[in-house]
Amino acid sequence: MKSALTSVFVLVLAGTYIGMGALAQDYGFSSWWLALSSVLVWAAPAQVILLSSLGLGTPPVEAAIAVCLSAIRLFPMVVALLPLLRSPQTRTRDLLLPTHLTAVSMWVESLRLLPAMPREQRTAFCNGLAVGYMGTAVTFGFVGYYLAAGLPPLFAGALLFLTPLSFLFSTTRNAQAMIDRLALLFGLIIGPLLVYWQLGLDLLWTGVVGGSLAYGIHRLREAVR
Amino acid sequence: MSAATTELWPYLLLILVGFLPNEIWRVLGLVLARGLSEDSEIVVWSRAVATAILAGVIAKLILFSVGALAAIPLALRVSAAACGFLAFLARRSVFAGVLAGEGVLLLGSFLFAH
Repeated sequence: MKSALTSVFVLVLAGTYIGMGALAQDYGFSSWWLALSSVLVWAAPAQVILLSSLGLGTPPVEAAIAVCLSAIRLFPMVVALLPLLRSPQTRTRDLLLPTHLTAVSMWVESLRLLPAMPREQRTAFCNGLAVGYMGTAVTFGFVGYYLAAGLPPLFAGALLFLTPLSFLFSTTRNAQAMIDRLALLFGLIIGPLLVYWQLGLDLLWTGVVGGSLAYGIHRLREAVR
Repeated sequence: MSAATTELWPYLLLILVGFLPNEIWRVLGLVLARGLSEDSEIVVWSRAVATAILAGVIAKLILFSVGALAAIPLALRVSAAACGFLAFLARRSVFAGVLAGEGVLLLGSFLFAH
């Protein structure tokens, strides 16, 4: 919990969810609806898509597909995180909570801080960290909701810019190994190209192609050594 | 529609359109991660894939913005992100990078508007 409160993500989440609150107010959702969506969805990009697509009257099926595609990253993130948490005594149900709480903020900080920590404390650490983040998000969602009327559009845009900026820098900071740096670089290049070519499922392909390329180069280097 | 369904409809949408399509990936991750050790090759690969997807999400949020951010010109969003990145590298601090990026974005929009 203390790690949560002293991390840069608290500021970023506060700002992002002020923006999210303003967005929810704009599109006529209730503040409790937003709070519940932060707890249940717990992924800022998916929440922006959910709010703006439902708010603009996109058919629910289309909105659900857009949310689903934006959330693909959660799958490999959970696969990479859970083995760090598991010890011989861990039951699957102990992992349900950290699974649900997995989001970029918690994932980035956990991957950075967990390896130095005794295994039996890791799950509690992750849960505390994420609950601290989630509390921040819910609180500032309300703040943004009730401030929305006074929020100039430029400021609202600047708040939404916090998510990509903080994701970019914190992922770069974490990318110490070559495989992570390559994956980051390939993702940044391949992602926009696939969107531009309108191939569909662009994030899925970005991950599979970019990640596998990085992994392949990593294996080649290991083999050469 | 009765009053109760009208009131519950947004919450039903939240579950069906927001929660379930999002959560399914986490649950799939939980299922696949069973029995994998942290240095198994699938986990190493998954981490690379997650990082690449995350990079794709970042690039998409900056280049193909939605909502209030879309009103800010593309060139400005890209320059702000680039300046933020330089500040991040110079100070090795996520906070410095975010601050610089936001500063350039706000200053630039202000100058464009006047």
